[in-house]
Amino acid sequence: MEKKLKIILYISIVATCILGFLFPNKHPHFWWQKIPVFDAVFGFIGCAVIILVSKWIGHAWLMKKEDYYD
Amino acid sequence: MINIVPPVFIYIAGAFLIPLIRVRILKQVLVLLIPTIAFLNLLNMPHGTYWTYQFLDYELILGRVDKLSMVFAYVFVIMSFIGMVYALHIKEYGQHVAALIYVGSTLGVVFAGDMFTLFVFWEVMAISSVFLVFYRRTKKSLEAGFRYILVHLFGGCVLLGGIIIHVVTTGSITFELFDFGTLAAKFILFGFLLNAAVPPLHAWLADAYPEGTITGAVFMTAFTTKSAVYVLLRGFPGTELLVWLGAIMALYGVVYAVLENDIRRLLAYHIISQVGYMICAVGLGSEMAINGASAHAFCHILYKSVLFMGMGAVVYVTGRSKMTDLQGRSLYKKMPITLALYMVGAFSISAVPLFNGFVSKTMIVAAAGVLNRPSIELMLHLASIGTFLHTGLKLPWGVWFGLKKGDEDEIEDAKEPPLNMLLAMGIAAGLCTLTGVYPKILYDILPYPVDYHPYTASNVVAMMQMLVLTLAAFWLYINKLGGEAKISIDTDWFYRTLGKATFWFCNRPLNAIRSIGQSLLSKEVMSVGKISKHPYVFLEMFRNSIQGKKVTYKELIDRPYNENFYRIPLGLSACAALIFLFFFGFIYMA
Repeated sequence: MEKKLKIILYISIVATCILGFLFPNKHPHFWWQKIPVFDAVFGFIGCAVIILVSKWIGHAWLMKKEDYYD
Repeated sequence: MINIVPPVFIYIAGAFLIPLIRVRILKQVLVLLIPTIAFLNLLNMPHGTYWTYQFLDYELILGRVDKLSMVFAYVFVIMSFIGMVYALHIKEYGQHVAALIYVGSTLGVVFAGDMFTLFVFWEVMAISSVFLVFYRRTKKSLEAGFRYILVHLFGGCVLLGGIIIHVVTTGSITFELFDFGTLAAKFILFGFLLNAAVPPLHAWLADAYPEGTITGAVFMTAFTTKSAVYVLLRGFPGTELLVWLGAIMALYGVVYAVLENDIRRLLAYHIISQVGYMICAVGLGSEMAINGASAHAFCHILYKSVLFMGMGAVVYVTGRSKMTDLQGRSLYKKMPITLALYMVGAFSISAVPLFNGFVSKTMIVAAAGVLNRPSIELMLHLASIGTFLHTGLKLPWGVWFGLKKGDEDEIEDAKEPPLNMLLAMGIAAGLCTLTGVYPKILYDILPYPVDYHPYTASNVVAMMQMLVLTLAAFWLYINKLGGEAKISIDTDWFYRTLGKATFWFCNRPLNAIRSIGQSLLSKEVMSVGKISKHPYVFLEMFRNSIQGKKVTYKELIDRPYNENFYRIPLGLSACAALIFLFFFGFIYMA
C-alpha cells in the first residue's frame, strides 16, 4: 500500500513538473515566475523549512508542559 | 419606499421569540426560519443609505447598503443558516439565543453607516459571543471566556476612545475612510485590529475558540474576525502597515499550527493565518486586492466552518480534543463521511483547484504581484504551503489515521455525528465546491468589476506543483509531525502571568498590610461598635455627673441593648409637628 502511494506520488511530481514546462506563465511579474518548476522547488523547501524552523522554535522556547498555567 | 426591516432586528426579534415557544420542533423551525427570512430580506434591499434616525445632534444610519456591505451580509446570513443546522440538536436554547444575537449584531456592524451604531453592535457582538464559550460549562472554558471578554472590552474601550477623539476633532460621526495620520484613527485601528486577531493582539482567538461549545465555536470562527476585516476595508484600505502585519500574521499562524496538539486550536491558528491574507489585501488597497479580500472572507467563512464542524464532530463523538489521544486509532473506519466532508474544507483552504480557496486566495497573491511586491508575494506563498501542510495533511492524518505505536486504546463508541451535523457540513462543503467550480457567482457580487481568471493553465499547474511537493516533504518528515502533549505559550502569556502576579500581590503584600492594620485597630473598632449600641452614652455620663450619680462608663456601655430605652412617646412627635405647623403658618401668613 505504502509502496503504491509512493509510486503515485513520484509520478505526479514528474507529471506536474513536465506540465510546468508545457504551460509557462505568460504574464510573469517576477523573475522566479519564469522558471517552470519554481513552485515545485519552493513547495518542497518551504514545507521543510516550515516544519524544521517551527519545531526548533517550539522546542527551544515556546512549548511548555500542559499544566504550565495551572 | 422601504417596507423591509434592518436584518439585525430580524435576528434580535427571533432571539426574543425562542424562549417563548414551548414546542421543540417549532423552535427548530424558527431558528432555521430566521436566517431564511433575513436572506430574502437581503435580496430585496436596494443599494443606498436608509434607516436613518436622529439622535441628539447626530444622525444614526442603520442601513448603508452597497456592494461591499452586501458581500459580507450574504455570507454572514448563509453562515448563520449553516451554523443553525449544525446546532439543531442542541436542547439548551440559550445557545441559540446567544448565537442569534451575535449574528444579528454582526449584521448591524456591517450595515452601520455611523460610528455610534458601529460601536454599540461591536460591543453586543463581544458580549453575546462569550456565552458560546461559557455554555461549554467546563472550568477551562469559563476561564478562557473571561479572558476573551476582558480583552474584547479593552479593545472596545480603545475603539470608543478613538471614536470620541474623532467626533470631537471633526464633528462628524459618519463611518468612512479614516486619515491614518490622526490620533483618532490610530485608536480606532487598534480596536479593529484586536478584533481581527492581528498579532500581538490575537491571543484571545486561539485561547477561547477551542474552549467554546462544539456548535458555538462554528459561529465564532465566522463572524468576529471577518466583521473586523469588513470595517478595515471601509476605514483603512491602502494602509501600508497592514500589508506587513497581514503577511507576518499569515506566517505566524502557520508556525503555531506546527506545534499545536489541540485539534480545534490548530484550526484557530489557521484562522489567524487566513485572516492575514485579508489584512494584507486591505493594506494593498487596489481594486483587485479589495475584491480579493472580500472574496477570501466569503470563501474562508464557508471552508473554515466545514473544518471546524468536522473537528467539532470528532470532539463530539469521541470526547477527545487532542491529537495525541486520537492518532493511531483508525478513526477513519468509523467516521468516513465526516472525513470526506472535512477534506473538502481542507482542499478549499489549501487552494486546490476546483475548490473555493483557489479562486480567492490566488487573487490576493496575484494582486501583490500586480503591485510589484515580491517579498509579500513570497511570504503569502509560503503561508499557503503551511496551510496545506496542516489542515490538509497533518490534521486529518493525525486525527483519522496516524502511526500505530501499539499502546493506543480503542475508541469504542465512535460513530458518525447526528444527521443534522453532517447535513450542515454537506451544505457548506457543497457551497465551497460550487464557488470553486463556478466562481462567477462569487465574482459578480464583489465590490469592483473582476478582471481575474484563476483557471489559467500555468496557474493551475503551478498550484499543483506546490501541493504535490508539499505532500512529498510532509511524507519525508512524517515522524516529526505527530502530536506532542505540550502547549505553546503565546502573547496571552503576558496577561495570564500578569493576572497571576496581580493576584499574588493582592494576596500576599496587600493582605499582610490589611492584617497588620486589623490587629492594630481591632480594639478601637470594637469600642466604636459598642458606642453605636448606646448612642446617648456620653449624654448619659453628662446627666449622671450633674445628678451626682456614680456610674462608670464601662457599666453604661456593657448594658444589654434595650430598644425601649430610646423610644420617645408619640405625643412628643405630634407636639413637635404642631409647633412646626404653627410657626410655618405664622410665617406664611406674614
